[in-house]
Amino acid sequence: MTVLSDAIRAKIIDACGRYPNKQAVTLPALHWVQQEQGCVSKEAIEGIAELLDLSAAQVIDTMTFYGFFKDEKHPLGRRRLWVCRSLSCMLRGGDGLLSEVCQRLGVQPGQTTADGGATIELAECLGACDGAPCILIDDSLSLHATADQVVQLAKEPS
Amino acid sequence: MSRFEPVLLKRLGMSDSTKLSTYLATGGYQGLRKALAMSPQEVTQQVIQSKLRGRGGAGFSTGLKWTFLPKERTKPVYLCINGDESEPGTFNNRVLLESDPHQVLEGIVISGYAVGASKAFLYLRYEYGECYRILERAVEEMYAQGWLGSNIQGSGYSLDIQLHRGAGAYICGEETGLIESLEGKRAWPRIKPPFPAVSGAFGCPTIVNNIETMACVTQILDRGPEWFLSIGIPADPNNPRDNGSHGPKLYCISGHVEKPGLVELPLGITARELIDQHAGGVWKGRKAKAVVPGGISMGFLSAEELDTPLDFNGPGRAGCLGLGTAAVIVIDDQTSMVDVLYNTCRFFAHESCGQCTPCREGTAWSMKILQRIRRGEGSLEDLNTLDDISRTIGTIPGTTICGLADGAAWPIKNALKKFRPELEEYIQSGRRSTAPEALPAHH
Ligand SMILES: Cc1cc2nc3c(=O)[nH]c(=O)nc-3n(C[C@H](O)[C@H](O)[C@H](O)COP(=O)(O)O)c2cc1C
Ligand code: SF4
Ligand code: FES
Repeated sequence: MTVLSDAIRAKIIDACGRYPNKQAVTLPALHWVQQEQGCVSKEAIEGIAELLDLSAAQVIDTMTFYGFFKDEKHPLGRRRLWVCRSLSCMLRGGDGLLSEVCQRLGVQPGQTTADGGATIELAECLGACDGAPCILIDDSLSLHATADQVVQLAKEPS
Repeated sequence: MSRFEPVLLKRLGMSDSTKLSTYLATGGYQGLRKALAMSPQEVTQQVIQSKLRGRGGAGFSTGLKWTFLPKERTKPVYLCINGDESEPGTFNNRVLLESDPHQVLEGIVISGYAVGASKAFLYLRYEYGECYRILERAVEEMYAQGWLGSNIQGSGYSLDIQLHRGAGAYICGEETGLIESLEGKRAWPRIKPPFPAVSGAFGCPTIVNNIETMACVTQILDRGPEWFLSIGIPADPNNPRDNGSHGPKLYCISGHVEKPGLVELPLGITARELIDQHAGGVWKGRKAKAVVPGGISMGFLSAEELDTPLDFNGPGRAGCLGLGTAAVIVIDDQTSMVDVLYNTCRFFAHESCGQCTPCREGTAWSMKILQRIRRGEGSLEDLNTLDDISRTIGTIPGTTICGLADGAAWPIKNALKKFRPELEEYIQSGRRSTAPEALPAHH
């Protein structure tokens, strides 16, 4: 069970003391692993399950409910770029932005560019409708986005 | 109309507004000081007197909810703060947290004291990374200066706040979906009763409240319930169940307006005033065709209904589901309602958690019908099917566990009632949508 780094193991064990039970640390643990490794592998799932006294199936059940986490067959690119397509953004060009970005980068939403630069995702309302159309760069919002900006972000080293 | 002096957004744009020192220097933590000098019951009484109604969408009386906790305490009480904010059009929680995290955190400590919690969880949608980092720093400063942790300011009251990040699912905003997600499970809303106040997070009595509700609690304790009651629309004297619409409200305005943004106004401003006086009017000199009154779940106001007051009763009187999150989205007269309705149907099909068949199938079915209509292959019969779906899914007809399905039904209902000739004309013309085809997701 060497796949979880010491830093992550320590964080998980520490977090267990801050929740009424260990299962509550499932989402934080999945986030830490994905942030470090770009995906959550089968071995990492087993590692999390062992630390939280759960079965691997319980962790998988939770993990797969949230489209957010990627398994080892679909690792994330260096950056994850989410393009909002909900109503306020659609009204200001969000759908068009997403299709132009996908076309120029040669990917479908959910896929990673060939050089591993970026994973392009479609997002529902990002809570930044005042800056529609908007995007999320990893976990930072960027308002009034353009296709040139997204393509640039996908190509430059992060 | 005299200019309304913002209270909740007082620190927006102030330099270093997120720092504890700035907060203290500008009147912060006075509400908590006053609360800690009272008994918890007295604090709850202040909130009841203010007639504060929750800002997360359902508009339930906050003080009353707190009284639903069991009187005999055999288990700990948890406070869960709902920062999942994902209703399309809504961004008030984000702006509050980015500009004034301590105002929200102060409300959490006051509420925790009132309900007798020693642990609060703040569930924040993952996408709000900036808010998360701001909150992390703010909470750290509070611990360092004795505003959190054990024996807060020497009062004998102790509270810990745990920040918890979501993972991109709208259903985590539903209060029992939130609790399941917090517990490390899939966010499947629970059948109620039992309500969270009786059995919520980790099997313990739990209060779930919204971020903006917490900011209101801070102001009520600081300025007094009379101040809060003096703002907004009083209860309808002919309706004994009406609690009125009191206090300041954050209105989000987006879509086809010249100046999208967040404004704080007394509850009860009309949609027209909001658009014309606070958002620079409809963009490009155009006219509004439809307006979403409070997030897409609430349905649509037509152009003739723009004088509807956006209080807790107004949108309902116009056939909408309610005030919701007071997130107003303006749709101009050049936009096809078929494209708009397709967008809302697609959203709910994507976000249905799938555990109730009427919601899972009904949302997917309505999305497919709208796709067909957009391809120019719809029939008038499709509108009847949509009508059927919209009447039969949700907690109101009693077929689903949570209100997501009601939110999916309402835009369909309102579109059929208020824009049917346009939908029929679209279908009969055999036109295809000029909007870009939405792309499927590949996982
Ligand atoms: C599908 C669905 C999504 C919801 N999303 C949110 C949300 O993101 N934030 C929120 O505060 N309330 C949301 N709610 C309402 C909550 O269930 C709950 O009523 C609210 O958090 C209570 O807080 P309040 O009384 O302070 O408004 C949602 C409800 C439903 C049915
Ligand atoms: S109504 Fe829809 S979202 Fe709510 S619990 Fe049922 S299936 Fe899930
Ligand atoms: S609709 Fe795109 S951020 Fe809200």
